[in-house]
Amino acid sequence: MSKDTIKGKAFVLGKNIDTDQIIPAEHLVYSLDDPEERKFYGRYSLSGVPDDESGLPQGNIPLVKEGEFESEYDIVVGGPNFGCGSSREHAPASMEIAGIKAIVAPTYARIFYRNSVDGGFVVPFESEKDLSKEIHTNDVIEIDKENRKLINHTQDKTYELKPLGSVEDIVAAGGIFEYARKTGMVD
Amino acid sequence: MGMTLTEKILAKHSGRSSVEPGESVWVNVDVLMTHDVCGPPSIGIFRKEFGEDARVWDKDKLVIIPDHYIFTNDKYANRNVDILRAFAADQDLPNYYDVGTDDYKGVCHIAMPEEGFTRPGEVLFGTDSHTCTAGAFGQFATGIGNTDAAFIMGTGKLWVKVPETMKFVFEGDEMPEYIMAKDIILQIIGDIGVDGATYRTMEFAGSGIKAMDMESRMTLTNMVIEAGGKNGVVDPDQKTFDYVNQRTDKPFEAVHSDDDANYHSIYEYKLEDMVPMIAKPHSPDNKATAEELEGTELDRAYIGSCTGGKLSDFVAAAKILQGKKPKIDTYIVPATTEIADQLKTETVNGQPIEDIFVEAGCQIGNASCAACLGGPSDTFGRLNNTERCISTTNRNYPGRMGSKQAAVYLASPYTVAASALTGTITDPRAFI
Repeated sequence: MSKDTIKGKAFVLGKNIDTDQIIPAEHLVYSLDDPEERKFYGRYSLSGVPDDESGLPQGNIPLVKEGEFESEYDIVVGGPNFGCGSSREHAPASMEIAGIKAIVAPTYARIFYRNSVDGGFVVPFESEKDLSKEIHTNDVIEIDKENRKLINHTQDKTYELKPLGSVEDIVAAGGIFEYARKTGMVD
Repeated sequence: MGMTLTEKILAKHSGRSSVEPGESVWVNVDVLMTHDVCGPPSIGIFRKEFGEDARVWDKDKLVIIPDHYIFTNDKYANRNVDILRAFAADQDLPNYYDVGTDDYKGVCHIAMPEEGFTRPGEVLFGTDSHTCTAGAFGQFATGIGNTDAAFIMGTGKLWVKVPETMKFVFEGDEMPEYIMAKDIILQIIGDIGVDGATYRTMEFAGSGIKAMDMESRMTLTNMVIEAGGKNGVVDPDQKTFDYVNQRTDKPFEAVHSDDDANYHSIYEYKLEDMVPMIAKPHSPDNKATAEELEGTELDRAYIGSCTGGKLSDFVAAAKILQGKKPKIDTYIVPATTEIADQLKTETVNGQPIEDIFVEAGCQIGNASCAACLGGPSDTFGRLNNTERCISTTNRNYPGRMGSKQAAVYLASPYTVAASALTGTITDPRAFI
């Protein structure tokens, strides 16, 4: 896989997925620095989503199987206002630790978007339209970053993605610290 | 073209004469606040990026207030407070409010104004989404994540995109006696939706806002995040200056929106038209009037948090509960230790507020975030099963207060207290 594309299995969610659903508050106690404790963020990523809304359109599909620490899915597709709620950076971190490589949603809540970008976690791609009702969990999809396309190989459809805009340089650098070092702000 | 209050603060703190919405600027930070959930990972990133021996950029500007998971036996949660304590000692931080000492405060967003950190015209970042509460004082205040906090710890700077401003004008000389600021913000969120203010400032203005006390203004700005807002602001006035000057000697320079400032949109309301509002499960914008939901069965009432755990919130609840017995379990959690003390000294009809709650059979917890965000399973007031709870808190997403099988109705302290008495959702006008 070239670094300009991200390909894998889709996991689909609805609208207003808030950070309590992404990582419930009771799990925020684990250390993000300790390699063993950190794994629990992967285990519990998206565990707060109501069961019938997890892995749409069918539902009742967990992102991470019971007892495991990593997901079999690669790209999360959500509806509008993805990541609303608290400022916990543990939310995008948990998705990265679970093995998610990218999120696609039509709009994001501000702090979640910022945390995803500045922390260099999962890349938050914005789709031109809400794809959460078109893409199905388990579809094989591919994000073509250069041409800003999302290809659904299972359904043989292609969709437009929006440019990353003002955060493009930070995403390309891999986070705010890497960006600040490149630009000489931080040693 | 003039500028809004928010644009003026961001211009001044980025060393520019003006800024435009949409552009990104690097601002100098006046205050960084963190707590026990996001402090430890922020400290971890700070050390990894700046070195094990690195010092914070300005120890007087970093405020650490443990408040989330305090009264719990969870070993990881307690370990996280140990990390904060060790860091505060190592960095010689003057503004650390340690658990188990007289310095302990409780909920950070209420402790911040009490301790004089919410100064007009300044820039405050905090690792908590309800940091926006401080906008009630005419401060630019917004929530950030651990990485951004670590960046500020080392550099004292952060990039921000200048937000457009939405203006919410309230006309009227005083609120109807059965209305609280909570009803007003639930009305607004219900009108514009949980993403209605995404990436924007929500500015509250008009004679109705000028007439409000500081705690009511804080309830408004506290919940702008529930509409996706980046920050909320109220134009600072004499009430603001009196409050702040009582709490700190540090000088500040207030700024005000220009008359010819450019707004994204302007919404106009009349205070006299407001009615008691509810946000139904499972979203803060799922609005209904209390009257429409009359009779809805409940299992629990909860009064607390940065949104609804201030002194004025308990005064309101006490007025309704005085001399009566709730039909459902009713939990009281003062936001801070200062408020907990005031419950003993402040009175309603000559009776101390705490006595009113004790007599009514309410369960009173220690100052902290407690069950507002669920937390460890032994958290005071946490919803562990399928409870239907009416609450003065700020969020009712699935699982927010614990179990994802529970259902949370958000309302004002008046409405929560009235509903506690009947065991069903009740318009507080029946008791006022």
